[in-house]
Amino acid sequence: MHKTPLLDQLESGPFPSFVKDLKRLAPTKPAVNDLLGQLERSYKEKITHWKHGGIVGVLGYGSGIIGRYSDLPDEFPGLEHFHTMRINHPSAWFYTTQALRELFDIWDEHGSGLLNMHGATGDIIFLGTRTEELEPAFQKLTAKGWDIGGSGSAMRSPSCCCGPARCEWSCYDTLEACYQLTQEFQFDLHRPSYPYKYKLKFSGCPNDCVAAVARADMSMIGVWKDDIRIDQSAVEAYMGGELKPKGGGANVDKLDVQADVVDLCPTQCMWLEGKTLKINNRECNHCMHCINMMPQALRPGTDVGCTVLLGSHAPILEGAQMSWVIVPFMRMEEPFDELKELTSNITEWWAEHGKNRERVGELIMRLGMRAFLEAVGLPPVPQTVKTPRANPFFFWHKSDFEAEDAGRKYHTTK
Amino acid sequence: MALPKEELVEFIYKLVEAAQGKKQLKAKDLEKMVLKEHPDQPKNDVKYAIKDLIDSGRCVYTYFGGSFVEIPHVEGAAKH
Repeated sequence: MHKTPLLDQLESGPFPSFVKDLKRLAPTKPAVNDLLGQLERSYKEKITHWKHGGIVGVLGYGSGIIGRYSDLPDEFPGLEHFHTMRINHPSAWFYTTQALRELFDIWDEHGSGLLNMHGATGDIIFLGTRTEELEPAFQKLTAKGWDIGGSGSAMRSPSCCCGPARCEWSCYDTLEACYQLTQEFQFDLHRPSYPYKYKLKFSGCPNDCVAAVARADMSMIGVWKDDIRIDQSAVEAYMGGELKPKGGGANVDKLDVQADVVDLCPTQCMWLEGKTLKINNRECNHCMHCINMMPQALRPGTDVGCTVLLGSHAPILEGAQMSWVIVPFMRMEEPFDELKELTSNITEWWAEHGKNRERVGELIMRLGMRAFLEAVGLPPVPQTVKTPRANPFFFWHKSDFEAEDAGRKYHTTK
Repeated sequence: MALPKEELVEFIYKLVEAAQGKKQLKAKDLEKMVLKEHPDQPKNDVKYAIKDLIDSGRCVYTYFGGSFVEIPHVEGAAKH
């Protein structure tokens, strides 16, 4: 066993340490022992000893395998090859114990036994194997119905929140949407043909439990168009302390509806009339605060769908960008044809115009939202304006000036 | 004029072969190069021609900060 005085310190803290896990595996897996040794050395020298990328993969696919090699193979022979495999996860990460055992048995046989549940995109990450083990591992995975996920300049494995499986607020079936889009874009997931990565994430409500707005190039966030449903008797029960705020998850036992809910509404669209809660739904921006505080009294409406947002990414030079609304409301019903078509139109435009390693959000920043909307055939709508007066992207055509000269008014209802 | 499938596969292979060691080509670069010579070639044909090359092992996808289509070669990073 390699000596690891620096890594040992990580075991002394109050939280579970990966070092402990690695040490448990090291006696049976020489690669893991070498991993501890190389990591200790990196901690001492403050540089990485990994080389990344290359040509490794499985036949027919360009995604899902990330080549990784040590630059100290003589010293740490177990790390001469230490490739990563990304395995496409099931929607919302629901597994049976049998499925998990299948995966772990395959990885125990063909890899280091180390894995990460889950990577940032959502995939199951198998860490560390040799080139000659990739194809047998892949064959065994596919024989059991698994497939490897996306990596490189490709569609990445879509992911979603648990949606209607466990959450009453979900405005559409996130699991089905995620599954259907994963199937639809299989070609682009396995055969990189984009300028860079493209991530899809599905959240069932504006709480956005998978943080789609910040982490996905394209986010589908559940939303409702009608009124928040109110149970006034439950509102009274919250006022009287019979119901605990946040389903018992708050740090107070009794909710002050005026101070904790009404006064904190960002658009001030609600008020109390005695013990009756009133909401001006036209002004509601679906922040979910009131619903989160009083889940038994308030629920999302029933006219449901999703808002489609585009463009978040975290580039090093310009800083992180959040996604931008491109479709304020889209009905989300099987087979999700509207969403599939929109996704294809967007990726087609981006693949045509994007530079190498340019995310779709960066391309929109470079060419403008106007060019984007025109290319994918989306109408400009007020909700698309991220910053008033900065990006109204009105499409001025010659015909507009002529119509203006002829006396056209702009406050039409069309 | 659009090329029949076998000729398209060979056309793309020659593009990749000519660029090997000089320029790394993405799948989209290949599509643009094909369409420049054969503007009426359906884009889907190019997509599946690249798939044929990859499935047969004549070309491979590589990752060097982006994903490219190349002729199989010795893995540089694997060398000591």
